[in-house]
Amino acid sequence: MASQEVLREEPSRASLINDPKVRSIFYQCLVVALLVSGVWWIVHNTIVNLTNLHIASGFAFLRGRAGFDISDTAIAYTSDSTYGRAIIVGLINTLIVAFVGIITATIIGFIVGIGRLSKNWLIQKICTVYVEVFRNIPPLLVIFFWYSGVLAVLPAPRDSINLPFSSFLNQRGFYFPRAIWGDGSWLILVGLLAGIAMAWFVAHKAHQRQMATGQQFPVFWTSLALIIGLPLLAYALSGFPLTFDFPKQSTFNLTGGFVVKPEFLSLYLALSFYTAAFIAEIVRAGIRGVARGQSEATAALGLRAGQALRLVVVPQAMRIVIPPLASQYLNLTKNSSLAIAIGYPDLTATTGTVLNQTGQAVECVVIMMVIYLAISLLTSLLMNWFNAKMALVER
Amino acid sequence: MQEHDMSWVRTEMALAQPAPAGVVGFGAWVRKNLIASAGDTILTIVGIALVVMILPQIINWAFIDAVWTGPNRTVCATVAQGGIQPDGWSGACWAFVNAKFGQIMFGTYPVEERWRPILVGILLVVLLLPMLIPSVPRKGLNALLLIVVFPIVSFFLLVGGAFGLEHVETARWGGLLVTLSLSFVAIVVSLPLGIVLALGRRSRMPVVKMLCVIFIEAVRGIPLITVLFMASVMLPLFLPPGVTFDKYLRALIGVSLFAAAYMAEVVRGGLQAIPKGQYEGADSLGLGYWQKMYLIVMPQALKLVIPGIVNTFIGMFKDTSLVTIISMFDLLGIVKQNFSDANWATAQTARSGLIFAAFVFWLFCFGMSRYSMYTERRLDTGHKR
Repeated sequence: MASQEVLREEPSRASLINDPKVRSIFYQCLVVALLVSGVWWIVHNTIVNLTNLHIASGFAFLRGRAGFDISDTAIAYTSDSTYGRAIIVGLINTLIVAFVGIITATIIGFIVGIGRLSKNWLIQKICTVYVEVFRNIPPLLVIFFWYSGVLAVLPAPRDSINLPFSSFLNQRGFYFPRAIWGDGSWLILVGLLAGIAMAWFVAHKAHQRQMATGQQFPVFWTSLALIIGLPLLAYALSGFPLTFDFPKQSTFNLTGGFVVKPEFLSLYLALSFYTAAFIAEIVRAGIRGVARGQSEATAALGLRAGQALRLVVVPQAMRIVIPPLASQYLNLTKNSSLAIAIGYPDLTATTGTVLNQTGQAVECVVIMMVIYLAISLLTSLLMNWFNAKMALVER
Repeated sequence: MQEHDMSWVRTEMALAQPAPAGVVGFGAWVRKNLIASAGDTILTIVGIALVVMILPQIINWAFIDAVWTGPNRTVCATVAQGGIQPDGWSGACWAFVNAKFGQIMFGTYPVEERWRPILVGILLVVLLLPMLIPSVPRKGLNALLLIVVFPIVSFFLLVGGAFGLEHVETARWGGLLVTLSLSFVAIVVSLPLGIVLALGRRSRMPVVKMLCVIFIEAVRGIPLITVLFMASVMLPLFLPPGVTFDKYLRALIGVSLFAAAYMAEVVRGGLQAIPKGQYEGADSLGLGYWQKMYLIVMPQALKLVIPGIVNTFIGMFKDTSLVTIISMFDLLGIVKQNFSDANWATAQTARSGLIFAAFVFWLFCFGMSRYSMYTERRLDTGHKR
């Protein structure tokens, strides 16, 4: 009897101090207490400081008149616009440079990455030198190099460098003909959209047919013909509405045409070249990560080299490539904030100007952080979705 | 006895035949590596064209036409620009780098006190080199000296204000001194902080885990410029009125916190790669949490992620150049500031200065990445696939 009662007793504990659960709760309470008091201290200090500086907190300042000019604007903006609009102009500029930068960097990166795996010794070495040079130099330095080292010492507008397609290059930027869309140009857009839709449809049908009968259909050339042919047809049908405004040389400057300013150009070139070096490494790792047996199997099946790459190696390499590629895209977007160093009005630069004018430090930094976080989150959601679509479906 | 020697066994090795003429020598190498197919040949021609177009120009500019010494801008400007070079001349202006070399290294650190940063640099090399060479003994003592003693000694040496050394405010620091000191401190701070954050993110305590996740993801989602902005604009607001912070220190805090978030993700990758059995094995031996991490998990996890850690170091080293934007004069900032020196303003100045700075950055980053590859090979236990 006695022994059974002993057994029924709770296992003895030395003390509560040694109970992992109690300790865990205690530690967490401690952390929360520290955090709350720290935040309270910071908030208190900030409130005191802001009252001393006579700065009203809140986001009402966004409706105030900005009073400063922005050199590159994609949407209508004057110095009479609001602070809020100035920030939006900056955000659009960030998105523009990030978008074109990502496309260029991906193209260069893929070419260089595949070049590094080439059996051609010379091409391989050239690509290696490119990667090793650009990977190991700060992006900001590359931006300055393009800006002060290359573009700023170009000739004055009077002696512009002539390039093909009546475009010009000088200190003030890159000039090229601006397309003027006349009446009925919407038809061209309709043609393009119809071309893309039909190309997709043809690809879908061809795939179905190949699955059913094994017969192949020249999808690539048909799609190309559709996507280029239909807009051209629409262009002819609507009576050739497209004209060009060519940049013309006047005494001191070039007038007309479309100008890409040196700030944008140097930021865009630097970000593309810098990020391309990283993308090249990712692509190389991806292709090398595909097991050797896979390409040997394609040879055994009698596929040509191009087919082997397109049908077997690349789809598998993409699975390895996509996650790090996504983080490189994010890096490029974040690095576009370096625009501030050369005065390209991106999100950081315009918000910085707003901050300096209004003194609303907390609000401005919060706006910046929220927007960048939102961009990051959106990009990673998109890439995660793409990744899930590409992922290996295992049985 | 008659010997029947039907079978014959060769007792000496046959002499090696020379390889067929088609597969050895320069010609074969060219055939295999440059002109294996029609496409290959076209690529080779394009490549040669590219090299012939670019390389001679670079060599001409950087070495043959370059100006190495000179008192002011006239040596680097053409006659039309008010200099002595013939019109159409284009060469590197190393004379500019030469003239500004002291500034590029130390910023506006007082000239008579420059022995102090030089001494710190020598100390760093003396302590770092044996640390990097695997066969040198006493790594523990060495690490202690490098990570604990060296920062304290160099703090007093560089800042001064004690032991009869003149006080030099950080506003006067500049050039490579700022770049190296910022990145050294950021490296030393961010690694342990990153490890703690990574452990926190994998902790079983929900509150700790959530806080770490929020910090890491928030910092990784925003650009360093924003962090530096925050450090330079908002830190003064967060502190009680009257308390001011050194600008250098603010940048240091910004860069270190930023790097710690990235480091945490790298370390987490290593922690996740350790098999569960290792954790369970440690538990069954009766090790406590910290013992388990210090003795079993971390040594394996950190070894796995050496390339990632070094990549983060390299990224951080490059990122220190961003302090230029909050008007501090690191290596890049000081070079850029000197463009506006009217004594040296020529078309070649910016290019030459920036290429020199790029070369210095490149040397450090390339060195780090090569060393990491070497370590990776050395520590490779062959467990990977």
